Amino acid sequence: MRQRIFVDGIAFWSPQLPSWEHARAACNGDYRPPTTAAARPTPTLLAPTERRRAPDSVAVALEVAARACEQAELDPATLCSVFASTHGDLAVTDSVCETLAKTPLLTSPTKFHNSVHNAAAGYWTIGVQCLRPYTAVSAWHYTFAAALLEAATQAVVQQEPILYVAYDIAARGPLGTMAQSAGLLGTALVLAPGPSNTTIAQLDWFTRHNAALTATASDSPLTPILAGNAMHGCLPLLEALAAGSHRNLSLAVSAQLELALELRPHNGENTQTP
Amino acid sequence: MTPLAVTAWTATSAAGAGRSELLAALRERRSGLSINDFGATPLPTWIGRVAGVETQTLPEALLPWDCRNNRLAWLGLQADGFLQRAAAARERYGADRIALVVGTSTSSIGASEEAYARLDANGHFPADLQRPVVHTQHSLGDFLQHALGLSGYALTVATACSSSAKVFAQAERLIAAGIADAAIVGGVDSLCGSVLFGFNSLELISADPCRPFDAARRGINIGEAAGFALLEKSGSGPWLLGYGESSDAHHMSSPHPDGLGARLAIEAALERAELPAAAVDYINLHGTASQKNDEIEARVVADIFEPAVHASSTKGWTGHTLGAAGILEAVITLLAVESGVLPGTLNSQALDANCGPQIRLENAARPIEVALSHSFGFGGSNCVLAFGNSRPH
Repeated sequence: MRQRIFVDGIAFWSPQLPSWEHARAACNGDYRPPTTAAARPTPTLLAPTERRRAPDSVAVALEVAARACEQAELDPATLCSVFASTHGDLAVTDSVCETLAKTPLLTSPTKFHNSVHNAAAGYWTIGVQCLRPYTAVSAWHYTFAAALLEAATQAVVQQEPILYVAYDIAARGPLGTMAQSAGLLGTALVLAPGPSNTTIAQLDWFTRHNAALTATASDSPLTPILAGNAMHGCLPLLEALAAGSHRNLSLAVSAQLELALELRPHNGENTQTP
Repeated sequence: MTPLAVTAWTATSAAGAGRSELLAALRERRSGLSINDFGATPLPTWIGRVAGVETQTLPEALLPWDCRNNRLAWLGLQADGFLQRAAAARERYGADRIALVVGTSTSSIGASEEAYARLDANGHFPADLQRPVVHTQHSLGDFLQHALGLSGYALTVATACSSSAKVFAQAERLIAAGIADAAIVGGVDSLCGSVLFGFNSLELISADPCRPFDAARRGINIGEAAGFALLEKSGSGPWLLGYGESSDAHHMSSPHPDGLGARLAIEAALERAELPAAAVDYINLHGTASQKNDEIEARVVADIFEPAVHASSTKGWTGHTLGAAGILEAVITLLAVESGVLPGTLNSQALDANCGPQIRLENAARPIEVALSHSFGFGGSNCVLAFGNSRPH
């Protein structure tokens, strides 16, 4: 079954490319390093006392979620959301595992509640006072596309816009040899069932079984900078959105399930027709 | 929503492997809780430990996924012939047309914890645990996809204690959008240091068997469980009639003081099921025996439901099985719908003053039509499921 959704907002953050504008320019061959490189964004949605000790995963997820909603000109409190991370907060997990191995009774309550996979989603809904449901998911190597499909499904079935946030952080400690991920990367999309005056792209999509699935490779200037992050599966779609031209993409949702996407740029003006 | 038939369903917990053991434990009010003997330095508490997880072996082809959580998942698949029912569905629909959506809180983090306790001289994981798949959140979903021979959509949902309730909602949407023709949903969470010492650090662990809704309750007991359900567009039922999801937007580890998110989730479930609150016969409450949850949930239930509804927490049988609580308690709710056995609340003596007449200590037995299951989690994630004995017209 062929479905259609619209991209109404987009955001990106990595230390080298701390906004969608930076990422889009870099995709198009114009990489301008930020003048002041921050290690992570400041999670301004949190209370000042919580900002410093918020995990990296929360900081980056809240940043891109807020920017995508701004671009879509939608009140974040009105949106259902899907939060995706391959490994969750690897630094918190490393710390909790280390404490458990040595001094389990000293497990930190803050680290424990920050270790849950839905920590970023929880902080987001608290920060923007959103009572709408969120989900927090993972599909290992297929996380970006599998969670994108859940977000697209919600937009179509519920006939309302949805916020999709995907992120992974740098691995730390012994766990990093197994759950590999480098750097900090967050991206967010607002997906809607119909076009609006902020629409930047139309996505026609369907899923199909494909035993010889070859996902669209990422070959933009972003690839060498970001391919070490576990969420690098977002790059082909981001490159296509940055290019702003008609493209067909194939994303792997699972080893043998393909998400076929046909992307058409949209300038947000079609809604003006009488 | 268009109701979905629950055509196969099972759960394995401290209260027994499979539906008949669970139903017998519920009927005879036999708790599965035992004194905590998990790990090298057990905390003084009670746990809901599943018998036989340690001695369970995986088939050779599934050994790369070997860990406590996936052993428990495998044990759970054997009960009630679920593996065979899933295989039959795979033949019927095709391996790519059945969505697999499973919930967990900590997945196989127990394997990562064990590796940290056994690091070699160079600080590396021991050789037997150098298996990346068991050190990531999707370990559970990936294991089950291989164990069930499925090739379609596969996702692990991890929204803490609402995880394996929300899988029913996602499955319904995937089927409605035509991405799958049927779905296998479920959840598995197993005992591990993170949850025992983590909840202990939050001062939420009870030294005694948990007493949900008791005025003198002292906290939760951690349990482990595996459960699964097959959802199809047609069948003989029972039926998934509706679901409701919401966020508290209040606090990471404490529920909204007025139960706002819980109320929204209940209302949304009833709306999707097109039923008034008065139609509900039985509610399996979240009822963790924590101070806050039970106080707030009791008030919400007293406000929304008729005095005649039979509402109870079954945590006294199984402990709080966290990411598996949604599916385990969905199965208990389905058992109530099917058998008319309405569990009371185990271990509790004197109900908290916030409890209305809905919350019951004693079991009851009568045919029922509509039942809800509540799941409320860390991060303010709420999900309520509505099940029915027959398909509404």
